[in-house]
Amino acid sequence: MALPGQFDIVQGPFLTLFLPHTAQVWLGEQRNALAVDYKLLMITVKDLTKRYARTTAVDQISFEVAKGQIVGFLGPNGAGKTTTMRMLTCFLPPSSGTAQVAGFDVLEQPLEVKRRIGYLPETPPLYPEMETAEYLKFVGKLKGLSGTDLQKKVDYVCERCAVADVKKKLLAKLSKGYRQRVGLAQAIIHNPDVLILDEPTAGLDPKQINETRDLIKNLAGDHTIILSTHILPEVEQTCERVIIINKGKLVATDSVRNLQARARGAESVLVEIAGPNGSLDVPIAQQKLEQVSGVSRVLCKQQVDGRAIFEVESQKGSLVRGDLARAVVQGGWDLNELRTAAMSLEEIFLQLTEKESTEAQKESPTNKELEQ
Amino acid sequence: MRNVWIVCRKELGSYFVSPVAYLLLTMFGLIFGFFFWNALAYFVVEGMEMQMRGQMLPMNLNEQIIRPLLQNVSVIGLFFIPMITMRLFAEEKRTGTIELLVTSPIRDLEVILGKWLAAMILYAGLLLFTALNFAFLFKYGNPDWKPLAVGYLGLLLQAGALLAIGTFISTLTKNQIIAGAATFGVCLLLWVLGWVSGYETATWARVLSYLSVTTHFESFGRGVLDSKDAIYYVSAIFMWLFLTARSMESLRWRS
Repeated sequence: MALPGQFDIVQGPFLTLFLPHTAQVWLGEQRNALAVDYKLLMITVKDLTKRYARTTAVDQISFEVAKGQIVGFLGPNGAGKTTTMRMLTCFLPPSSGTAQVAGFDVLEQPLEVKRRIGYLPETPPLYPEMETAEYLKFVGKLKGLSGTDLQKKVDYVCERCAVADVKKKLLAKLSKGYRQRVGLAQAIIHNPDVLILDEPTAGLDPKQINETRDLIKNLAGDHTIILSTHILPEVEQTCERVIIINKGKLVATDSVRNLQARARGAESVLVEIAGPNGSLDVPIAQQKLEQVSGVSRVLCKQQVDGRAIFEVESQKGSLVRGDLARAVVQGGWDLNELRTAAMSLEEIFLQLTEKESTEAQKESPTNKELEQ
Repeated sequence: MRNVWIVCRKELGSYFVSPVAYLLLTMFGLIFGFFFWNALAYFVVEGMEMQMRGQMLPMNLNEQIIRPLLQNVSVIGLFFIPMITMRLFAEEKRTGTIELLVTSPIRDLEVILGKWLAAMILYAGLLLFTALNFAFLFKYGNPDWKPLAVGYLGLLLQAGALLAIGTFISTLTKNQIIAGAATFGVCLLLWVLGWVSGYETATWARVLSYLSVTTHFESFGRGVLDSKDAIYYVSAIFMWLFLTARSMESLRWRS
């Protein structure tokens, strides 16, 4: 009998039983990794394009979403988020390119796709004259549920989305937060593989926003979720991956952490200074800060009677905070606050979208040259 | 089929939860009741006058009451149909609930049929009021029920065609008022088109009068089931529902 080490690992599951435990675990991981590649892609979008008579709303977008992921769809208003989502939900047919949900093409097998998708549009699609439970029942029936299963699902989603206490209330009378949650409840009633949420927290108050975010995070285990938003902290808090689009084009797709790391070229520090006797000569203070070694740029962000907040940008890796503090004290001012400003997704986003447009500007003259 | 019924039930629900259905039923009941009372009073007075003059001409409930009243219903219906259909799609488009229907695993045609069927049922509900009045004729007189049944069939077919037109127009706009007004205009036009046959016999006049929905009701009103007229209504229903499906599809390509 041969030794375990001599086995070729592809020979079959039975033979791998002879492998040491750690090797078996390793092998399992490899299989799982392969499975992610081949089996567990819930959404595959390739060169998806939507053209209207005069504009191109979505321009050759390609991305993939694995099972169980929460993906944030990020972009300014009018970037093409809703259009992309509508194409994924079979509401709009793409002009060209393909989109597959759970292996079904949105153009060729729309009914199969629709069965596997739960969709919450920007305004929850509620019938004002219906009661919550009645409405959820209606949606459940539309999605193909019936009988006791339907009743169970209605009770379940009411519980899960915290709308059980308004079951008998008219939808027209619900507050915005409840309406949003009923919208989420109708999206998950048929336990879809994929959840598509278009700006799920728009127009809610901060408490409701937090509740909705928690709810979405809770749902992530069972469903693959795409949510669109133009609020950046939301993506930082809820999503694992971000897809940034701008003017219909894909700008970046990566994990939140990678994006932050990628974009952090410079570090910036916020410094709040107060002058003696409530008066401060801003230009002099600014000059003083600029003279600190390692500082590349100083911006006065705010200035109110005798106090000013400066944003100080420095080279990556240079520790300027101590020098800044010293410079302030030497200048005879009080140092009220000194903190590093973390690169928020907002800045990354602006940086990426701006880079895009400046590159486009750079490209255009060369094109003209070529034409000449 | 199941999906058609789901949509239909929901649609009927919204008719009867809102005041729409009750308002239409009340107004229709009042108006038809007045017509009925008028026709009956005229019939009774005429009968008494004849008795006083001593001449006994044959009097017929079917000919003198039921037939003109059915003709009236066919015209009154023109005014009620826009109010039934105007909200069908326009309201869904305005509130955005159309996105729910379109992204559910259900065919466009099932949505359309469900809504049209609900409109038909509400219209049939209106006709029920006329049946209440006619029931008195059967209690105190002896009219023939067969022409009446054919008349009702004609009314339903005519309404089916007009409701299909209304459904189609409702898919074109987000605004209920526009949908209602446009449907009303089309209904009236399809009524008055028939008038040209009164003074003109050229081909164009015959085509126009053939297009009129009310001219095709005349035979039904008399209690005659003419296949020509039945085919007109049935093909109109099919055509307009088909156009509704096309319009709903084009919503997606355009919006």
